[in-house]
Amino acid sequence: MDFDFSDEQKQLRETARRFLAERCPMEAVRKVLDGEAAYDAGLWRALGEMGFLGAAIPEAHGGLGAGYLELCVIAEEMGRSLAPVPMASSIYLAAEFLKAAGSEAQKATWLPKLASGEAVGAFALAEGPGRISASRIKAGVSGGKLTGTKLPVADGHVADVAVVATKGANGALSLYLVELDGPGVERELLESIDPTQGQARLTFQGAAAEPLGAAGQGSQIIAEVYDRAAVLLAFEQIGGAERALEMGRDYALERMAFGRQIGSFQAIKHMLADMYVSLALARANAYYAAWALAAGAPQLKIAAPMARVSATTAFQHCAKNNIQAHGGMGFTWAFDCHLYYRRSNGLAAVLGSLSTWQDLLISRMAELNDLGAAA
Amino acid sequence: MNFDDTPQEAAYRAEVRAWLDANKPREFEDELRQSTFGMIGLKSVDPMIAAKAWQKKKFDDGWAVLHWPKAYGGREATPIQRVIWQQEEGPYAALSQMFSIGHNMCGPTLMAWASEAEKARRLPPLASGEEIWCQLFSEPAGGSDLAGLRTRAEPDGNGGWLINGQKIWTSGAHNSQWGLLFARTDPTVAKHKGLTMFFVDMRTPGIEVRPIKQANGQSNFNEVHFTDVAVPDSQRLGAVGQGWQVSMTTLMNERLSMGSKMSVGFAELFELCRTLEIDGRPALENPAVRARLAHFATLASGLKNISMRGISAISKGQTPGPENSVGKLVGASAMQEIALYALDLEGEAGVISDPALAPIKGRFQTMLLRTPAARVEGGTDEILRNIVAERVLGLPADIRVDKDVPFNQIPTRPPSR
Repeated sequence: MDFDFSDEQKQLRETARRFLAERCPMEAVRKVLDGEAAYDAGLWRALGEMGFLGAAIPEAHGGLGAGYLELCVIAEEMGRSLAPVPMASSIYLAAEFLKAAGSEAQKATWLPKLASGEAVGAFALAEGPGRISASRIKAGVSGGKLTGTKLPVADGHVADVAVVATKGANGALSLYLVELDGPGVERELLESIDPTQGQARLTFQGAAAEPLGAAGQGSQIIAEVYDRAAVLLAFEQIGGAERALEMGRDYALERMAFGRQIGSFQAIKHMLADMYVSLALARANAYYAAWALAAGAPQLKIAAPMARVSATTAFQHCAKNNIQAHGGMGFTWAFDCHLYYRRSNGLAAVLGSLSTWQDLLISRMAELNDLGAAA
Repeated sequence: MNFDDTPQEAAYRAEVRAWLDANKPREFEDELRQSTFGMIGLKSVDPMIAAKAWQKKKFDDGWAVLHWPKAYGGREATPIQRVIWQQEEGPYAALSQMFSIGHNMCGPTLMAWASEAEKARRLPPLASGEEIWCQLFSEPAGGSDLAGLRTRAEPDGNGGWLINGQKIWTSGAHNSQWGLLFARTDPTVAKHKGLTMFFVDMRTPGIEVRPIKQANGQSNFNEVHFTDVAVPDSQRLGAVGQGWQVSMTTLMNERLSMGSKMSVGFAELFELCRTLEIDGRPALENPAVRARLAHFATLASGLKNISMRGISAISKGQTPGPENSVGKLVGASAMQEIALYALDLEGEAGVISDPALAPIKGRFQTMLLRTPAARVEGGTDEILRNIVAERVLGLPADIRVDKDVPFNQIPTRPPSR
């Protein structure tokens, strides 16, 4: 048995960590936070040149063809550094939709551009508040023209192309590929809790749309791609959680009160210990899901939502208590704690919220009569 | 990442399975599957007789204590071979519970600190199950603060020792022939410095074992009282005053053996939610129930995956990561929360613990009443959080006002108000 990343994969993690420490310091994240840039375009192209964006995209389509385990270790570092780039939208979602359901022509057109960072992709599903279900999707395509409004669309303001979920025949969802710089597309950046990963409203009025995958197969394709994206995002979440824990620990060692390091008080020690516990559980669940994803194993059906629920909980837990460990300083704009707090709650929403994934995990356990590693 | 056995591991597993298939007491399998919380689920036979017979059979073929040296009845197995054995032995492992303190804590302590003559005399009967050992550490005044223990060992004037005092929470003392005894030999020096370790024949006059009736009505633990109990100096382990160091050998071995196989009851809770109804539909379909179940699932699955990662590290000859220290902390609380939630779902009938009436033979009611102890025994939740904070995260140790004070000057009463 070998339940760990290989030495090469660990080396890749180190490379990614060093690269991001140099190219993505907090000042770069704050430029996007403060609205000086929509995203860090320079970093994005550099990530493409390093091969990080195309790690799990086949060589035939301009990627490295390395695999999902490689993409997982990169994702962890992206989460740790709060990289303000459209990684999830473009790589975990748009590229995976193309890989899962794209025609040869669609893959040949878009995957090399997504892998290099030349183009940005996005996925447009939600149409306002509330849990997503097929019956609530109103956007539709008629005669190759898309009409409807999508909100929120992560990175919709900077994407070149979007995979759009629409209502097809018999209420089933169909997916379309839509270029966003053409006529009939309006986009608007929205205020959000995490401006370092912007959210947009996309309004389509007769925009040109070409089918992605078979008509009426949207829900199945989304489920398949969401399982993969859930694992990759879980790695971003544990990367962010670990950094938040380190920040809280470091501050507790540095800050003196009542003549002592505050990290010598059990109230602080135990809070930090509980943060470590949630991270340790999430990491173990994410590693198992990474194996299932890379191996194409049927266990992914349980392991992916498990990793997602565990990692969402851990990042939210670590980010909020990191602020608590910092006391009043943690609530200043100048300290970076709020950036992790924002990201933890932004990532909790991007792929459907915690309760959605909790529900999915238990439905699948019931349907498949399989408790996975929880048995 | 790969979850398959290596060829060597597969060969070992086959060897283990073949021996178990030929020897395991199949007639007890169904009953043993009901074992829980240190209670052997056997009703058709005296558990002590069944346990000793199984242990002796394993001993005769060299499967008694896999990680011990062959000279003392062990097999010198690697850690991964030990894990494979545990996986294959399955429910029959419950039969070895009463030997586990001896095999995993007292035995390794003797190996590290006893004379060759004592090791040769005491270890083989411990391996074979002929003799059972207990660990006489905790005291009414020394639980989490183990070094605060007050049991005295004083020279008897003839080169031996006289023991007076009281131990508590001693598992299996009523079945034990021998005990590992932690006592204070010098109360005038700082508390960690005046301690000495001994082993003692539990049949010595002056030792009285009294079962403790626990809050859940069962009696798995004991008080052990010592009144002028004579212990020869040859049964001292380590130097006089070196007891704290000796105890670290014991406790390190305790942590290595704990937590890896803890079941928190998730599968049972899931099953309960299939059968119970809320508004005419299975509870499993209720969104609020699903949210709670999903949370418990991540705990159960996280513990399993942490343990698998530890095993994987061992199999590659590496040391398991620090995440392995969270098992008991997470598991004990998860069990208690699962029990509370199961009773909530059972509604008004949740109060009924009669195994003939309560779902899953009253398993959750048993859990509810037993789990407060799980959060205390073998390191309280608070001590375990301190360990994570200090050893994993590198936070400062607690301030210890009694650290450098002579033991007999440490306050024992709260200040007057």
